[in-house]
Amino acid sequence: MRSDPADYELIAPGNLQAVVSLLADEPGKWLPIAGGTDVMVLCAAGKLPARNLVSIWNLPELRGIEISPEELRIGAGCTYTDLREHEIIAGEFPLLASAARWTGGIANQNRGTLGGNIVNASPAADSLPALLVYEAELILVSGRGERRMPYLDFHTGYKKMKLAPDELIRAICLGRRFSNYFHYARKVGAREAQALSKVCVAALGRLRGGVTGVVIDDVRIALGSVAEVPLRLTEVERIAKGKPVEPELVQLTRKMTAAAIQPIDDIRSTARYRSAVAGNLVAEFLQQLRASGKTV
Amino acid sequence: MSHSTENRGKDRSKDDRGKCVLSLTVNGKPETVRVYPMERLLDVLRQELGLTGAKEGCGEGECGSCSVLMDGELVNSCLIPALQAAGTNLTTIEGLAEGPQLSTLQAAFLECGGAQCGICTPGMILASWHLLNKTTEPTLEDIREGLSGNLCRCTGYMQIVEAVVQAARRRASA
Repeated sequence: MRSDPADYELIAPGNLQAVVSLLADEPGKWLPIAGGTDVMVLCAAGKLPARNLVSIWNLPELRGIEISPEELRIGAGCTYTDLREHEIIAGEFPLLASAARWTGGIANQNRGTLGGNIVNASPAADSLPALLVYEAELILVSGRGERRMPYLDFHTGYKKMKLAPDELIRAICLGRRFSNYFHYARKVGAREAQALSKVCVAALGRLRGGVTGVVIDDVRIALGSVAEVPLRLTEVERIAKGKPVEPELVQLTRKMTAAAIQPIDDIRSTARYRSAVAGNLVAEFLQQLRASGKTV
Repeated sequence: MSHSTENRGKDRSKDDRGKCVLSLTVNGKPETVRVYPMERLLDVLRQELGLTGAKEGCGEGECGSCSVLMDGELVNSCLIPALQAAGTNLTTIEGLAEGPQLSTLQAAFLECGGAQCGICTPGMILASWHLLNKTTEPTLEDIREGLSGNLCRCTGYMQIVEAVVQAARRRASA
């Protein structure tokens, strides 16, 4: 049933400190709302349990991208458009730029935020595999101060995450150490635009010359839409390191990928299809990595 | 107390409590309305301000029929709580023509047959407007991407894309 706006309270304190104090005073009472591209959909459908909302849209403290020689610190309130238009993201973190381009149409990219996408915790979110392979770290803020944790540890199950009721994601940090890697992103969906993924993959790798020929020096692979949370394929990565990209390795990683994921049948696809596609994408990545010639 | 009296009582209590005063600029004109902060901007435009150009299609940010420009950025007004529009500068389809004179883009839609039932048209035009403001010489790829969040179920997309191509050409030569 359609919801009645009279049943909801929404306030906009206008700065981060005031929002953090509000969350500290009554933990769990207030649901933060940024661009609304997820929250308003739930609300319209009458499926939003929260009745008290606090706006964090356009808070200046959450909107900027800070640049240092070591890392990029992306405010959690940055929109997909902000990510797409940023030169360093396009140049050094192209998997995140691709994910931003794939997410919704232009209107949703102008409102949807990276922090919101993380907290919404959809296993099909295209930006999350990119954050996994770039080994992003999150800065969380609350009245108790700030803490930093690897994004890898943040999502613990379907829509479950290590975020206290009084906490907000303040920023997403990306170490600037991947510019000499080969970057691979691919989304498989029903259509090119505005479709949620059946499977999506983000991967990074580089090669090195060995005594017996070129081998994989380093590799990171993550998949979305194939489990309750976005998955990093650490076992596949471990097996691939130090080996040449040969048919035996490709075949092995295909099998290991299928074993590592827990895809489901749903409205968008089937577990069997997802499993086959995930293996194919990992294989395609390794073959393109070999062809890329990206060596240390 | 009868059931109907209870309902009226509930409705009356909802009349004002929880509403906020919202000031914003719409098509260059300052407006102030009293609305619930979680009311959808789309409903504020259509019901409080009588601007029915923005349409409700899906109501969940998939179809683009409710598109408006907020501080120059294309947004889906069905996904914006009224309070977040406070102090902003909105442009709706009603704001594009100058008096009786259609904008170049609107004229191109008419000439190319880019409108049929009309539900998607305001959103298509505002998405195209946003694109042409950002990209003066858009490629076909740019146009398709710029309009990818706007669904049409009548004409198909050929005439719509053609209208944007024509408008871009005319703007470039104007």
